[in-house]
Amino acid sequence: METFWFIAIAIVLAVFFVLDGYDFGAGIIHLFLAKTESDKEVIAKSAGLFWDSNEVWLVAAGGMLFMAFPTFYASVFSGFYLPLIIVLWLIIFRAIGLEFRGQFNFQMWKDIWDKSFGVSSLLLALFFGIALGNIVRGVNLGGVENGVSIYEGHYFFLPLWDSSFSPLSETPGIIDWFTIIIGLISVVTLAIHGANWIILKTNSSINDNLKNVIFKLNIALAALTLFSLVVWKTVNPNSLDNFAHKPYLLIFPIIYLTGLVGLFFIKKLKKDIHGFALSTLLILGGITSSLASLFPVILPSVNSINEPLTIYNTASSEYGLSVALTWGILGFILIFIYMIVQKRLMAGKIDKMDYGH
Amino acid sequence: MEDMIFYDRLQFAFTITFHYIFPQLTMGLSLLIVYFKWKYLRNKIEKYNDAAKFFMKIFAINFTMGVVTGIPMEFQFGTNWAKFSELTGGIIGQTLAMEGMFSFFLESSFLALFIFGEKLMGQKLHLLTGFLVFLGSWASGWFILATNAWMQHPVGYEILDNGKFVLENFSALFGNPWLLPAFLHNQLASVVTSSFVVASIGAFYVLREKQIEHGKLFLKTGVIFGLVSSVLVAFPTGDWNAKNVAQYQPAAFAAMEGIFETENAGAEIVLIGQPNMVEKKLDNKIAVPNILSFLTYQEWHKQIPGMDKFKKEDLPDNIPALYYSYHIMVGLGTVFMGIMALAVFFLWRKKLYKAKGLLWTIMFLVPFPYIANLTGWYVAELGRQPYLVYGLLRTVDGISPTVSSGNTLFTLLGFVALYMLLGLLFLILVGKTINQGPKPQTH
Ligand code: HDD
Ligand code: HEM
Ligand code: HEM
Repeated sequence: METFWFIAIAIVLAVFFVLDGYDFGAGIIHLFLAKTESDKEVIAKSAGLFWDSNEVWLVAAGGMLFMAFPTFYASVFSGFYLPLIIVLWLIIFRAIGLEFRGQFNFQMWKDIWDKSFGVSSLLLALFFGIALGNIVRGVNLGGVENGVSIYEGHYFFLPLWDSSFSPLSETPGIIDWFTIIIGLISVVTLAIHGANWIILKTNSSINDNLKNVIFKLNIALAALTLFSLVVWKTVNPNSLDNFAHKPYLLIFPIIYLTGLVGLFFIKKLKKDIHGFALSTLLILGGITSSLASLFPVILPSVNSINEPLTIYNTASSEYGLSVALTWGILGFILIFIYMIVQKRLMAGKIDKMDYGH
Repeated sequence: MEDMIFYDRLQFAFTITFHYIFPQLTMGLSLLIVYFKWKYLRNKIEKYNDAAKFFMKIFAINFTMGVVTGIPMEFQFGTNWAKFSELTGGIIGQTLAMEGMFSFFLESSFLALFIFGEKLMGQKLHLLTGFLVFLGSWASGWFILATNAWMQHPVGYEILDNGKFVLENFSALFGNPWLLPAFLHNQLASVVTSSFVVASIGAFYVLREKQIEHGKLFLKTGVIFGLVSSVLVAFPTGDWNAKNVAQYQPAAFAAMEGIFETENAGAEIVLIGQPNMVEKKLDNKIAVPNILSFLTYQEWHKQIPGMDKFKKEDLPDNIPALYYSYHIMVGLGTVFMGIMALAVFFLWRKKLYKAKGLLWTIMFLVPFPYIANLTGWYVAELGRQPYLVYGLLRTVDGISPTVSSGNTLFTLLGFVALYMLLGLLFLILVGKTINQGPKPQTH
């Protein structure tokens, strides 16, 4: 039952990153590449119409995590207190940027909200990557110092950074060179994904150029990925064991690689949707590979005193998990129906649509 | 420890108060929008459709604010109340996760369609999407109140040796005797807010003598909905809630009614008075004997325990705030009924649109339903003190063990600054929409 909920939450999170990922990415592209007003408007709109229904996946993932793994939820959310609250603020800035830019028709107003949307998208992509980096690296559970736990074994509190900026320090902080690399991977991946979304959904004047951009970003991504793999082993020596013991898990890194390799042929692809599909594979593969490398651990401990958090020592009761399964299935069916209805009605390029606003 | 809990509570109170400004309008207004749209489908009078579309614009701005202030709420359980989340997540996690699954998805999927899809879908489908948005927002109220009801009156749980609450009976969460009265009362109260908003905008247009036809429609609809919901919010639902508090949280009941000493016979109802915490009595009290016993138990001489019957550590820790909040809510409820009854009477005699004084009153009444709603929540939340889960888990035992007060103070100040900006933007945008009106002169 724990495994089932772990997979369910992983799916919801992955869907969140695929869906909201494209509007984060659109924000990054918007920040750096959109120059004319019509491009800015249409790119903002390609994110603005959808961010709300995409962000619900994050809310759902949060609720499910709370229900299924309350100890993990409590430990991680209080342990990453400051960055999490900053993420909440960035989410607010991003949302109001998108919603309010069109409300008044003068340049300064639009510029302010464009920056708000773009910068917070960029920072959020970075922060989400850093968060993932922290999870795969592990934290100082219990706040151990000189061999004694300061807190109960499943609580911790991380500073933003440790003066050494090293993931190998005894008390690593949230930001170190390893988590930064993962953060950059996240930014580049989402930028590629966002660019594909813009190509798919709009007729902006930068569409042709975006394919070049994707190609270049993809080279950077390949380099970063390779580098992260090399250092990952040093940071967390057991990181690849799971794949050795259970070779079928290799499917996840293969999904990632398919996306990565495929995107080098971005200029040859016949249909725009294929590019988007490839960057979707990139995201799905990246997230599932990281989680698969840990399973059943969900938060490694960097000290030898406190046990890592696993899906077993953080889960709710068997009964709770199984009733939730019943309503969860019903919920997923409903959501699936809404999504089909919504995507049907809102298909196609958005600048051709007349919504009668 | 003391200041840790202080800042945690302050931050929670501040962020939830700000959040709750928006959902109450969302929930109530979605009902009125569906009403306007439905009327339009039946009578094909254009101004009903204008009304639906106009309030949709206000709804959209309000909804965005509700969403962006709601996300921090959900995460704050983990960030600031980690111990509470760890111990009770197996139970309230259920209702919170269901809220996400069954209401937020519904609301957000169909909202975009309702706002942008009128031409795309045709009128009938458009009404249907509006209805689904309404359903989603009321479902959201239902699940969040189920969560709160469990904290007020825990049911269907079992406590393990390590202090964790685990779910023992799922359906008990929704059969909780606290839930239905709280839900009905709260939803009706949100209809009060939105009817007052609609009536107030109507009064503004009529007084300004622009868009008068639409103004009259808003006024008429607003005051009728306003009267019905104001009455229902007091009776039966308010009364029903009060009975629940008397039965399940007698200490909170004594504090909110201001009963310091138990009387031998029936308890009096206090109309006016100021709690004096030093001498443990009410100053300048005006009260009517025996009425409280009658209202609560339908028996004139039934004894009701006063605060002297409870140990200090089981009484709410801020008695004056609780007492005032309760009296403000009930007092405003009475005023609302009076004004709306008068307005409906004038409407019936066809004098409402010319009754300048009444129109000005209606126009400026708009902040008060918000105040009544927020003070209502203060009654519920302050009355629950000193517990997080009534009778079982104390508030001090629920905070995050690792987050220091300095951190919480910092984030609290951040929220205050950010929310001031949000509030300002909200007012500017809604003001702009109202100023343009349902039929903008220029397009
Ligand atoms: C327009 C708003 C409004 C108005 C006019 C009233 N209420 Fe109310 N009241 C609320 C809005 C509200 C609320 C915000 O909706 C609350 C907070 C928690 C809840 O479920 O509803 C609430 C809670 C609440 C509680 C607290 C329950 C608890 O401790 O959890 C009681 C006893 C009453 N109400 C009783 C009344 C009575 C007797 C009223 C007579 C006029 C009244 N309310 C008017
Ligand atoms: C929207 C309406 C609500 C308002 C206005 C409100 C108001 C408040 C206030 C004022 C406090 C501070 C209490 C104090 O300082 O003693 C508080 C605390 C709290 N409320 Fe609410 N509340 C609302 C809804 C909810 C709901 C629906 C829940 C549960 C799901 C909830 C859970 C809590 C928690 C966990 C605390 C912190 C602990 C405490 O101090 O009691 N509140 N709320
Ligand atoms: C501590 C308690 C609360 C939490 C954790 C919470 C959480 C949230 C979240 C995460 C959202 C955004 C949903 C989205 O992404 O679409 C939201 C919006 C909403 N909430 Fe709350 N909320 C709380 C209190 C309340 C209360 C007391 C009510 C009503 C009774 C309420 C009603 C709503 C509604 C109707 C929305 C829809 C958006 C809007 O406000 O316009 N919430 N809430």
